[in-house]
Amino acid sequence: MELSPLFLILALPFVAGLAVVLLPSDSRDPATWLAGITTLACLVLTAILYPSVADGESVRYQVEWVPSLGLDFTLRMDGFAWIFSMLVSGIGFLVVIYTRYYISPEDPVRRFYLFFLAFTGSMLGVILSGNLILLVVFWELTSIFSFLLIGYWHHNQAARDGARMALTVTAIGGFALLAGVLLVGHIVGSYDLEEVLKSGDLIRSHELYVPTLVLILLGALTKSAQFPFHFWLPNAMAAPTPVSAFLHSATMVKAGVFLMARLWPVLSGTPEWFIIVGLAGMASLVLGAYLAMFQQDLKGLLAYSTISHLGLITLLLSLGSPLGAVAAIFHMLNHATFKASLFMAAGIIDHEAGTRDLRRLSGLFRYMPITGTLATVASAAMAGVPLLNGFLSKEMFFAEAVETHADSWLDTAAPYAAVLGSALAVTYSIRLIHSIFLGAPPESFPREPHEPPFWMRFPVMFLVIACLVVGIIPGLTIGPFLHTAVSSVLGAETPQYSLAIWHGFNLPLVMSIVALASGALLYLVAGDYLERSERPLLIGRIDGYRIFELVMVAMSWRWARLVEGIFGTRRLQPQLRLVVATAIIAAAVPLFYAGLGFGQYGIGVTDPAFVGLWVVGMICAVAAAYQAKFHRLAALVLMGGTGLVTCMTFVWLSAPDLAATQLVVEIVTTVLILLGLRWLPKRTQTLAEPDGGLARLRRFRDLALAVMAGAGMATIAYAVLTRAPPESIASFFVEKSYAEGGGRNIVNVILVDFRGFDTLGEITVLGIVALTVFALLRRFRPAPDTIERPEQQRIQRSYDEAEPDREPGATATDYLFVPSVIMQWMFPVIIVLAAYLLLRGHDAPGGGFAAGVAMAAGFILQYMAAGTVWVEDRLRILPVVWIGGGLLLAALTGTASMLFGDPFLTSYFRYAELPLVGKVPLASAALFDLGVFGLVVGATVLMLIALAHQSIRRLRAARIEENP
Amino acid sequence: MELTLSIAIGVLTGSGVWLLLRPRTYQVIIGLSLLSYAVNLFIFSMGRLRVGAAPVLGPDGLADPAGFADPVPQALVLTAIVIGFATTALFLVVLLAARGLTGSDHVDGRESR
Repeated sequence: MELSPLFLILALPFVAGLAVVLLPSDSRDPATWLAGITTLACLVLTAILYPSVADGESVRYQVEWVPSLGLDFTLRMDGFAWIFSMLVSGIGFLVVIYTRYYISPEDPVRRFYLFFLAFTGSMLGVILSGNLILLVVFWELTSIFSFLLIGYWHHNQAARDGARMALTVTAIGGFALLAGVLLVGHIVGSYDLEEVLKSGDLIRSHELYVPTLVLILLGALTKSAQFPFHFWLPNAMAAPTPVSAFLHSATMVKAGVFLMARLWPVLSGTPEWFIIVGLAGMASLVLGAYLAMFQQDLKGLLAYSTISHLGLITLLLSLGSPLGAVAAIFHMLNHATFKASLFMAAGIIDHEAGTRDLRRLSGLFRYMPITGTLATVASAAMAGVPLLNGFLSKEMFFAEAVETHADSWLDTAAPYAAVLGSALAVTYSIRLIHSIFLGAPPESFPREPHEPPFWMRFPVMFLVIACLVVGIIPGLTIGPFLHTAVSSVLGAETPQYSLAIWHGFNLPLVMSIVALASGALLYLVAGDYLERSERPLLIGRIDGYRIFELVMVAMSWRWARLVEGIFGTRRLQPQLRLVVATAIIAAAVPLFYAGLGFGQYGIGVTDPAFVGLWVVGMICAVAAAYQAKFHRLAALVLMGGTGLVTCMTFVWLSAPDLAATQLVVEIVTTVLILLGLRWLPKRTQTLAEPDGGLARLRRFRDLALAVMAGAGMATIAYAVLTRAPPESIASFFVEKSYAEGGGRNIVNVILVDFRGFDTLGEITVLGIVALTVFALLRRFRPAPDTIERPEQQRIQRSYDEAEPDREPGATATDYLFVPSVIMQWMFPVIIVLAAYLLLRGHDAPGGGFAAGVAMAAGFILQYMAAGTVWVEDRLRILPVVWIGGGLLLAALTGTASMLFGDPFLTSYFRYAELPLVGKVPLASAALFDLGVFGLVVGATVLMLIALAHQSIRRLRAARIEENP
Repeated sequence: MELTLSIAIGVLTGSGVWLLLRPRTYQVIIGLSLLSYAVNLFIFSMGRLRVGAAPVLGPDGLADPAGFADPVPQALVLTAIVIGFATTALFLVVLLAARGLTGSDHVDGRESR
């Protein structure tokens, strides 16, 4: 993969985020440096790319991802993406500097920077994606990291609620966006952004245009907190202030309007677009500004102001005129600049004065004159005062609002809404400055305020200067870059526009003056009322938050409970019944439609001995089913009988490997269940359960199900067995087994060579299961009625105590004395048998699985013969080491082939001449089989020993109780 | 032979399913074991039944596909047997733990009404 600068811009933040995690926990400064250097590097890399995008070209970087689905990892940077990329990395850098002073060393700093950097990467991903699906992936990632950052102080209830709401709203939007993007892909036939941008007419004239538009807009409007989805943004203000400055004013909430602008050439210009986007934008513009006036929380005010300004951008995009798009893009940049600086100033005030409540703050100017000046300038930009950048884009906005684009009431209302929104913006901007910085200082602050350190103020200062410079000499500063961005979106449609401050005495200027004057007047009249108000006038009771909560509770609790109550059960039996019934139906339906016939294929002669064998086997199975309730031991023995018959069937029908494995597994399964029996409750027929008619009916139903399942399996099996087998892949394995696998036992060669990767997966599962069993048993608490010594041991003990010449417990030690001596003598024999099975496995029946279980049986026989304590005093078995070693050996054998340039798990074999022994085959697959062997031994022994250990644990506990 | 084995598979399945639907955990574990015998035999028999044709090549390594039983289902069943043991062990331990925690060996952790 070549390291294109485009790829680096995207990858650096993620890599740095992971690197932060590796730092020690108290490293605020190193983490800050790392994050700062990363964002700065992204900024520089983006800046370097400017010449490539300046002439309307775009830079591309493409790696095939899932080409068959049209999914490529495509990055694409044109002028618009460039300017957003500059914005994100630039403000990201400033926020890092600011965060250094904002965040306290006691906070989990690494977590902050991990999420922060990952968010930066995701946001850059949204901007740079050249494929719509990729864009949606990064889009969702920004929602997730926004969730994690809002909930950064998760001990705080408001943070948790705000995070959850933001995630719910934006993720639902993201889901809609995905659906919309899939529709676009369906219409255009490609997800590639360039293809899509060329297909505007095709999309707009398609019958699926309206659903596509609605779905994509749902994504964009939720993300940009537009009406009616605006309510999540004020609740996201529980986040640390750097997060609010970065995500919730400058970048993430811009993703929605970014997307609308990105797809503007494709989707806009229709009446549907105008109505939906226009209404959302206008409502957000006015409502946001209106609600902002009433906020008492400084960050809340800024949040509603953000909604209002994003509404302005949305409204501009709705107009469908190229000049509107120019103004929208320009205002995106301007808003990011002044709002980020205001948020950071708000953080400084909160930090220094200890509160952000507008009612408690007053007269701060005398304590922090520099911050006060900066905040005042930024607020003026927010209000749209001349000589500041906010004024320029607002003038363009007014000019566009006056123009008639589509003759409708909405268009007629636009200029009035624009002036109203701007006037309210003036009011809340004045209120912000007046109530915080002016007036008499209060009796006391929670903390004595003073100016923050220089570097904490630096980002604010930088951004405020940017507002001024852009506001005074726009043509010389932002002009060329804005032009590049605009022409990359609009292409040939790029209109003539002027960024000058003075356009003569025209209607927009009059509107500006009216807005400024009436806003100031409104503050003079209503300022005191706003300062005291508890909730917004008129619409205070309509609270998006409460509606959201009501909907959430209804859906995720009441309805969910209702559905669960109707369709759900916590009882296992009905569920299993359903599974069995579904399986029967699933098998019966195709049989019913395709018909069922039997063929003539088969061995022909039926050996009576085979029939006799299975008569025994079937009797054992039915009897086991009958006895399993009251006679567990009998059922276990009968089940073993069936197992042995199965094993003999394997021998009979040419499957010696299966027979060997089945035999040893049969032994360990029996031992395992025997060990478990001890912990089950006594059950006698006298304790029979209520046997009413209903219970009998249920049993009859189960019996019918069982008979149907059995009959069905028998029929299907017979139908298959009497037909000639189709051409299968078996011949491949038979032919290649010796020639390429170097083994004569085909089954074993399949396992360790042809399908070695499957086997590696399977032994991994086995190891995991064993560890799970072990972990479960470490916390095992036996039922109260099984803690007591078993009845038999109690009888023996009382016998010992009654006899004067016997030690207590002697009978229990002496039981099975002769067999246990034999079992101990058998130990080496079993080891030799296991080794024999393992070594011959490649050429003759045997192999790692059978050998491993046999070896484990050898170990467990020692436990049975002499008891756990005796064995563990003499023999140290480390099952976990066996498991790990086996798995490692198998994996390493597989990896070794990669050293020779072959794919993973390629096996290698040759014959070697050993002195005395002669010619022996040496296949790397044998080493793999050794790994299988080790893991199977470890896993089996671990499970058995863990269970066996429970009885000594009980003894220990009992001993402690007896002699405390 | 085919008929015998088919009936056997059917009977094992029936016994297994019956036990699977019983209320006691021990019955379910025996039922699952019986069911896994049936399923293993079923998968194994999908390679068709052969007598005296074990898929082990002679010393010369001569390979005539017609002369051997199908090794593929055998390889599948071989690992299934071992994994079956592991799941039996896991289930047994879960049922013992559930019994310890709930005091009941009913599959739902409490006696039904």
